Amino acid sequence: MQTMQFKIVSLIMFALFYCVQADAQNMQKGKKIYETRCLACHQADGGGVPNMNAPLDAASNVVGKDIARLVRIIRYGYNERIALDGFYYSNAMTASPDLKDNELADLLTYIRNSWSNKASAITVAQVQAAKKKK
Amino acid sequence: MYKLSNFLLACLFALSVNAQDNAGLKLPTGFSATLFADQIGTARHIAINDKGVLFAKLNNANKAGQSIVRMEDANGDGIAEKITGWGKYGGTGIYVKGNQLYASSDDAVYLYQLDANGEVTNPTSPKTIIQNLHSRRQHASKSITLDPKGNIYVNIGAYSNACQEKDRSVGSKGMMPCPILDSAGGIWKFDGTKENQSYAEGKRYATGLRNVIGLDWNNTTNSLFVTQHGRDQLNTFYPTMYTDAQNADLPAETMYEMKEGDDAGWPYVYYDPFQKKKILSPEYGGDGKLEGGKNALDPLVAFPAHMAPMALLFYKGNQFPAKYKEGAFIAFHGSWNRAPLPQEGYFVAFVPFKNGKPAGEWEIFANGFAGADNNKSPRGAKARPCGLAEGPDGSLYVSDDSKGAIFKISFKK
Ligand code: HEC
Repeated sequence: MQTMQFKIVSLIMFALFYCVQADAQNMQKGKKIYETRCLACHQADGGGVPNMNAPLDAASNVVGKDIARLVRIIRYGYNERIALDGFYYSNAMTASPDLKDNELADLLTYIRNSWSNKASAITVAQVQAAKKKK
Repeated sequence: MYKLSNFLLACLFALSVNAQDNAGLKLPTGFSATLFADQIGTARHIAINDKGVLFAKLNNANKAGQSIVRMEDANGDGIAEKITGWGKYGGTGIYVKGNQLYASSDDAVYLYQLDANGEVTNPTSPKTIIQNLHSRRQHASKSITLDPKGNIYVNIGAYSNACQEKDRSVGSKGMMPCPILDSAGGIWKFDGTKENQSYAEGKRYATGLRNVIGLDWNNTTNSLFVTQHGRDQLNTFYPTMYTDAQNADLPAETMYEMKEGDDAGWPYVYYDPFQKKKILSPEYGGDGKLEGGKNALDPLVAFPAHMAPMALLFYKGNQFPAKYKEGAFIAFHGSWNRAPLPQEGYFVAFVPFKNGKPAGEWEIFANGFAGADNNKSPRGAKARPCGLAEGPDGSLYVSDDSKGAIFKISFKK
């Protein structure tokens, strides 16, 4: 009984450790993509540039539930000039049509969990489902 | 006795801190600054009448629902105590000529009438001087200035970074010829008195300018001077040709004297301040070394890259020391495209002029707008210099379009 308990606990511990580890790795991969493709406009602090490039930090859409929209923006670029949290941005966002599903998942996980953002991590399955939504 | 002297010392300290505070700005010796107004809204360009009433054009209407703000400092303490406003549309340009006030939206220019007290008489029924100009998000702001004959010059910025087939996309080529240039990417000239003008009634005065926000008429040369925002993102689109560090320094932000018909070379070339050459844009086959733009102007002054010159003002007054007379002040908004390297700018620069020509290196005149921690992130900056105006007494006003501060800078003899 004791050993059984021990086994279960260690299994849970291992699973937890593995998850955290995987998350940290995903965050790291997402950060790399962010730095090469997004940082120029959205800045190191995720704060964007007032009136020009939207902030990702503390942006309700970025930590929100509409994952399909986020995937679409990243793949096809964005230049709609609608109010985002009450402000307008003038620049045209570069499209990243070549990102793979796992890269999109890592990138989304990263922007949803950096700076002051705290939201669920995004899985490859979620990205694939989001792509189907169009 | 001890207590009294302590008290006096404390008073002295408080006084000197106050005097040295200069609204948080760092200025050359002998200059001081006050916070003339604060939190008025996204104050873009500013203009002043001959009684010292200051007007600011806001990028968006403020909380009070005003997009043109009028500020008056009747008691002369350097702080506006009477602040009113009107107008609903956002925009950048503003210009006062006698009792006439011009203000621009992102696609039109309107004319208001002021009375003897500098109060607007037709706040809801201005004359429409120019209308239906391109406003396509990027570089949409319309800066304006007038010449002594009453012609009005309007910047129509290019709605693009480098005229690629697909804007800001990796691997997309530059269009040849660039189709944007027929209706944007230059300065247009109109009659300052005629109503309802548009492209058909105006004239493309100068071309090859990606985006000009600072422009001013120079009375010594009797000609138009402009400051251009150079292109972005050489490293993002051409990572094998330009490192992050090279992108942070390329291309220069530039000042030109533009005569009718002049071409500054955008999008085909950019100016490299290290090689001191006009370099063919990579979108047009350039490799960072090939030259181009044989018929394009060379800049009169080259400033560090990406600092974003927002306003240009030739100093006409006598309050400042002689070296400033006829020289150029430039308000730099502060960079974003130097990332991941530290950002730069967020200051007002000065270029001395003699006989209408630059006569010495540019220097920082007023600094510290970004705030004491000085991290210079575009979002974190306390203030971002955007507009300049010279008061009738020769004081210099600087506007900030992030939090809406107006600084008044004076020199004490
Ligand atoms: C050329 C500058 C630029 C680049 C590079 C860029 N963006 Fe953007 N981004 C923008 C602009 C500008 C907007 C707002 C566009 C609008 O309002 O029309 C925006 C909007 C967004 C939004 C929507 C924000 C909201 O509140 O809804 C997301 C998410 C986003 N970007 C993520 C990214 C990611 C991830 C990358 C890197 C793969 C990236 N961006 C690269 C300029 C850029």
